[in-house]
Amino acid sequence: MILVNWLNKIASPQRFYLFCGKWTPWLSLLFFILLSLGLYGGLVTAPADYQQGDAFRIIYVHVPAAWMSLFIYIVMATNAVVAIIWRIKVAEVSIICCAHIGAYFTFLALVTGSLWGKPMWGTWWTWDARLTSELVLLFLYLGIIALYNAYEDKRSASRAIAILTLVGVINIPIIHYSVVWWNTLHQGATVSKFDKPSIDTRMLIPLLEMGVAFSVYFFISLFQRARNEILQREFNSQWVKELVKEKSNA
Amino acid sequence: MPELSFFILLQREFTIASRCTQQFLLPVFFFCLVVLLFPLGLSPSPELIQTIAPGIIWVATLLAVLFSLDNLFLEDFEDGFIELLIFSPCSLPVLLAGKVSGLWLIIIAPLLAISALLSVFLGLPVESLSTLMISLLLGTPILMFVGAIAAALTTGTQQNSMLSTLLILPLYIPVLIFASSAVQNAATGLSASPQLYMLSALLVLTLTLAPVAISSALKIGLSQ
Repeated sequence: MILVNWLNKIASPQRFYLFCGKWTPWLSLLFFILLSLGLYGGLVTAPADYQQGDAFRIIYVHVPAAWMSLFIYIVMATNAVVAIIWRIKVAEVSIICCAHIGAYFTFLALVTGSLWGKPMWGTWWTWDARLTSELVLLFLYLGIIALYNAYEDKRSASRAIAILTLVGVINIPIIHYSVVWWNTLHQGATVSKFDKPSIDTRMLIPLLEMGVAFSVYFFISLFQRARNEILQREFNSQWVKELVKEKSNA
Repeated sequence: MPELSFFILLQREFTIASRCTQQFLLPVFFFCLVVLLFPLGLSPSPELIQTIAPGIIWVATLLAVLFSLDNLFLEDFEDGFIELLIFSPCSLPVLLAGKVSGLWLIIIAPLLAISALLSVFLGLPVESLSTLMISLLLGTPILMFVGAIAAALTTGTQQNSMLSTLLILPLYIPVLIFASSAVQNAATGLSASPQLYMLSALLVLTLTLAPVAISSALKIGLSQ
């Protein structure tokens, strides 16, 4: 009940704007602590891989980015459900903010992956199931952004991309498993030969720290983008005018 | 008669098609040309063409369906027909399913005929022909209904065809994989039933969910 009340409160754009503003400094602090812990652990204390040497350390960017690319889609789909059922403005705003951040993380995962692949597998790209479905995910994000930009009215645009996001969320598992099947049917194991060695704890802990740091960063970025978008959409409402007056006096 | 609404819309598509036959034959010509481009671009060696024939046929089918869905709802949208459908007492998803099914029925017959012919040209063994037909029958409705979602989403916007292509193609990947590997299996004498079962499952999923998505997407376009 308390949670429902809190959610009802936070669903108003004004309150969400203030909430995001209040939490951003704390989240930033947490992010920097986790990032320094993770980077120190990953780059200094973790031992070099017996096979890949120091090159494996790109895992501390690559794997969290890949996790984020999926996690953000789930956050986005949750927002899409809320936006379609209850038409809550904050959720509508969040969808497009998530799409932008998600596209960046997916792109980062692909780029770091191919940088890692070149020295290790000897190729920038291989038609492996995971790589291909990550690429498809990038196009899903780009499609959502493109559809949003095609609409003039922001609220209709948000509802349109909410539908597209839900169509995508049903399809992502299907696409992923069909691609896995395609690859195993046609190509045989090219990548799974590099069977993931069970990872050393000293390697794993920094990885998890980086994972949490990346998700905290996602929320910081989401909050900033959402604040920006809310101000743009609500520029006619009383509280935004007062806020602007306050800021310009200060 | 709400139960008949599906068939009324389906019949309407046939009436429209009979008035302008060319518009509905264009995707089929397009299909032939795409298939023609592959041997020209690769090499005329029969072995190579035969190995990639299922892929060629299915990529061409995919593009032809995309092409035929271009501006699917635009005309109805502009002359106010969609508005009438929304205000009618019948359920909108059922009506729209009727429209899309009508379009599918019009396109599928020439597509089946021409792909049977072209599969022989590409050197596919005759035994795989039935699998190709079944995969087309199961796969193309999925392509139609999923594509109709994207067409509905882009109806309210200015930029139509390129945008909906960007939205649709990632969603077509599973159909492409299952269908072409079914034909591939049949061509090499293996069983194609797992892929065909997967396609049927996808078809059921699409037929149940897509009409709902299409109708809510159209309503958004109308509120623009």
